[in-house]
Amino acid sequence: MKYSANSVWENKDKYDIAVIGAGHAGCEAALAAARLGFKTIIFTVSVDSIALMPCNPNIGGSSKGHLVREVDALGGEMGKVIDRTFIQSKMLNKSKGPAVHSLRAQADKACYSRTMRQVLENQSNLEIKQTEVTDILTENCKITGVKILSGGIYYVQAVILCTGTYLCARCIYGEVSNNTGPNGLQAANHLTDSLKRLGIKMYRFKTGTPARIDKRSVDFSKMEEQFGDKHIIPFSFTTNSKDVQIEQQSCWLTYTNERTHEIIRKNIDRSPLFSGMIEGTGPRYCPSIEDKVVKFADKSRHQVFIEPEGLETNEMYIGGMSSSLPEDVQYDMYRTVPGLENVKIVRNAYAIEYDCIDARQLKPSLEFRDIEGLFSGGQFNGSSGYEEAAAQGLIAGINAARKLQGKESIILDRSQAYIGVLIDDLVTKESHEPYRMMTSRAEYRLLLRQDNADQRLTKIGYDIGLISEERYRRLLLKQKLIKEEIDRVSRVNIGTNNTVQSILEKYGSTPLVSGTTLSELIRRPELSYDALSKIDYKRPEFPEDLKEEIEEQVNISIKYDGYIKRQEKQVVQFKKLEKKKIPDDINYDEVKSLRIEAAQKLKEYRPVSIGQASRISGVSPADISVLLVYISSMTNK
Amino acid sequence: MKEYNDTIAAISTAVSPSGIGIVRMSGSKAIEIIDKIYKGKKEKRISRQKSHTIHYGYIIDGDNMIDEVLVMLMREPHTYTGEDTVEINCHGGVYVVKRVLETLIKYGARPAEPGEFTKRAFLNGRLDLSQAEAVGDLIASQNEYALKNSIGQLKGNIKNKINDIRNEIIYHTAFIESALDDPEHICIDGYNEKLKESLFILLKEIEKLLTGCDSGRIMKEGINTVIVGKPNAGKSSLLNKLLGEERAIVTDIAGTTRDVLEEHISLQGISLNIMDTAGIRITDDIVEKIGVDKAKNQAEASDLILYVIDSSVSLDENDREILKMIQGKQAIILLNKSDLDMIVDKDKVMKQYYELNNEKNNIPVIEISVRENIGISQLEDTLKYMFYAGKLTFNDEIYISNIRHKAALENAYESLKKVNESIDLGMPEDFYSIDLMDAYESLGSITGETIGEDLINEIFSKFCMGK
Repeated sequence: MKYSANSVWENKDKYDIAVIGAGHAGCEAALAAARLGFKTIIFTVSVDSIALMPCNPNIGGSSKGHLVREVDALGGEMGKVIDRTFIQSKMLNKSKGPAVHSLRAQADKACYSRTMRQVLENQSNLEIKQTEVTDILTENCKITGVKILSGGIYYVQAVILCTGTYLCARCIYGEVSNNTGPNGLQAANHLTDSLKRLGIKMYRFKTGTPARIDKRSVDFSKMEEQFGDKHIIPFSFTTNSKDVQIEQQSCWLTYTNERTHEIIRKNIDRSPLFSGMIEGTGPRYCPSIEDKVVKFADKSRHQVFIEPEGLETNEMYIGGMSSSLPEDVQYDMYRTVPGLENVKIVRNAYAIEYDCIDARQLKPSLEFRDIEGLFSGGQFNGSSGYEEAAAQGLIAGINAARKLQGKESIILDRSQAYIGVLIDDLVTKESHEPYRMMTSRAEYRLLLRQDNADQRLTKIGYDIGLISEERYRRLLLKQKLIKEEIDRVSRVNIGTNNTVQSILEKYGSTPLVSGTTLSELIRRPELSYDALSKIDYKRPEFPEDLKEEIEEQVNISIKYDGYIKRQEKQVVQFKKLEKKKIPDDINYDEVKSLRIEAAQKLKEYRPVSIGQASRISGVSPADISVLLVYISSMTNK
Repeated sequence: MKEYNDTIAAISTAVSPSGIGIVRMSGSKAIEIIDKIYKGKKEKRISRQKSHTIHYGYIIDGDNMIDEVLVMLMREPHTYTGEDTVEINCHGGVYVVKRVLETLIKYGARPAEPGEFTKRAFLNGRLDLSQAEAVGDLIASQNEYALKNSIGQLKGNIKNKINDIRNEIIYHTAFIESALDDPEHICIDGYNEKLKESLFILLKEIEKLLTGCDSGRIMKEGINTVIVGKPNAGKSSLLNKLLGEERAIVTDIAGTTRDVLEEHISLQGISLNIMDTAGIRITDDIVEKIGVDKAKNQAEASDLILYVIDSSVSLDENDREILKMIQGKQAIILLNKSDLDMIVDKDKVMKQYYELNNEKNNIPVIEISVRENIGISQLEDTLKYMFYAGKLTFNDEIYISNIRHKAALENAYESLKKVNESIDLGMPEDFYSIDLMDAYESLGSITGETIGEDLINEIFSKFCMGK
């Protein structure tokens, strides 16, 4: 296809907001913008690839499950769609503390895509358009519109870039290199130049995916079956738990072995990563199998998960063995794995390179600092993962809409949400690899649990206009009942009678020598709110649809009270610094006695608050004090 | 994580032998703490007094009386920091002021960071703006100084020890975190036992460091003093005399001390970091020459020079070299071996000094005999005089850093103990990492390192994640 910028024509229809890309970020951005009342158009290179899952066939997992819950609590779509399209579900880390419980669901990929596409198609104020956007149009550093491949111009007031891995994408395995996006889809080859002309600094990141195989060629008898949970908990706070108790599909566990590793080692020079055909290091959290074998040479085996890609396909995903080795080596290597001796590969494993940005050019609202009305979200911002993308897309969509409404941006801070941690990290920290969410990145993770995402965020979603009145009322009722129940339980006295002692004995808990309260007993690690129901005679009846959630909240709040209070105290301190805003027009060269290194870093990052400034490496506590002094004198002049 | 409304304390006058010393404490627990350690007339409690009042009484630690003091109570918000503030006017002098501060810390205050009172004043909107920029400069310079001290002055083996402990802590945390992040690839069942064993050892190590804190400070605190002189003038003997032990190698053969020896002594409450050096003489012996050069460098960098002259032999080229060296420095000249026939006396030395440096200087000259124990007490008195006259300055930043380090070690110790408790209570593993990282951060504040991406990097470099 020839690209001609000369034949320009104007689209006469009126739009407010354009979203470029219809992956997980783009879908959330477009839905949010349209739902907030703005005429929105979403561009995609292929309508058939809306909400595509080009890598792992699941949603959620450690910390990512938190993100999905938060997106849902704010009025996003991902949680609702996965609840309708999952084929297996598991709460990870169930034996650990509530902060690290994480929901993960295997998706029927095609069904997920189709369902999300329908949501988009039926959304009022939203139009889908299949074409490639080639130019971002601005006037005086302000968005005026976008230009598409045919030369057509759409005038809009805000643009949200959600190009994922498509910008100048290149897929590589062995000596084969194709200039395509994921799954062999058309890449977007023109937009990068337009962005560079706007002065945007681009990075080139890479990631990879394993092969997809034919189910009929797999010998499952040599693998361990991995089941879903018996009782399924939905992602969305709006999904009725009864509707998700489905018949589930299994995943399968097998292992690599020394033979696998030997083949990899013997052919390592043929890997494009090692031969230099791909530059830069891959993401450390999902290393290719060749990376694992080289870096963790002492490990004699690595886990391999065989996961279904959907109900209506025979394709399966080989979790744990992403690779960019040549096709013949892929066959040899996969066939050493027990159960895969005769495996047929449907799609090869490959590595993919793509253009993305240094997200430090963004404000925490996800708007570009230097281009008014230009927002971005998702993998384009240097993150990785469907959930990270959806979270940013939602925030970018909300903030683009609020900009047009003349309202203040929604910025979640690190003590409010994983979304806050994610965006704060992206816009303040330099990263040389796609960024993945992890629970250890959240300082206040005991407060940012997946089980209380609604209590943390649904009011915000309601104020924004993405949460219905009914849903908000339900939350208020739930919170009221939780509070009342916690109060009640702390006042319930428990004596030392036989029923009590026998319940304690049943759970291996020390017998009581004197009376205590029910709260005190719930705090014992081996006991819980649920376990003590038999000796709690006046336990109230909760509304059926809230019962499970209320009981969980009461249990957690009482059990971890000490730790929770400790983190809440830290948050109060954290907020103090977060609230000290740094004026946009501050001139760091004028700040006397700021160290040169700190001034340089601050100029580069332009933090919005003192709190954010304090997280920039190279800025010391003394610099912060100096800055505080300067700002207080500046604002008082 | 440092809290911003906990209670901080610091010596707000210079730690020097002035008439009065002021120790200041600010924060929500300031009044609660002073109540525990203040004893006035008739069971008077500070917490029952009006704001901005002064009270006479004593600072006590249990049954021990620390000092007779005036306590000024200032309730929030009309204080410098905007928080409850207590100022204790005690007797000056290094020792008393230190003890008062230590007592506050023992009862729950935290040593303040440089500029922290001012920082709080800002956070609470209390600072007079006309002072603003000057204060900024001050904070910056103080902090640079403290930072330089805390890293540079930390004794090498202690720094290594702390780093070892930190490495061990971050390894465990990273392992737990990687398992939480990727539970299907990394399993931590049964890890508690291993962690407990390791905690046992780590707690012991920190205990050892804490004991060390009380006897010899972690950092070299005190007046940097260098003993110089020609070979065999009696420098090492002097050091041993001051130390009261055989430390340096003392022989009758000139040139036995070829390196710089260093000792920490306290003379009548004045701390000295005292260094014995190789005798200074023009030499062809390469090893000895290195020693001589080192001695010169040490003297150049010192706060005080003790110049030992063998008064039984006449001054020569080497002495002239040293007399030139001590020009413009604080020094005491000691005419040793005064029990023998003295060829060199005070006049001769001063005349020589004047000729060489073309200036009159009141350098104290004392006749001593190390062997016969003559003049040592005179030396001590002279030192004391110079110190109290403000000629010798005490490095208070280092002292403050030491208190801070001790508090950091104690915090780390408490945090690790909490991990132990969590294990015993059967808490899930994710709760351990909160306290493990607290310990890691506390220890890092001693070595001057911040956390940043340490944990994430450790996770990725040590543990194989899936997908």
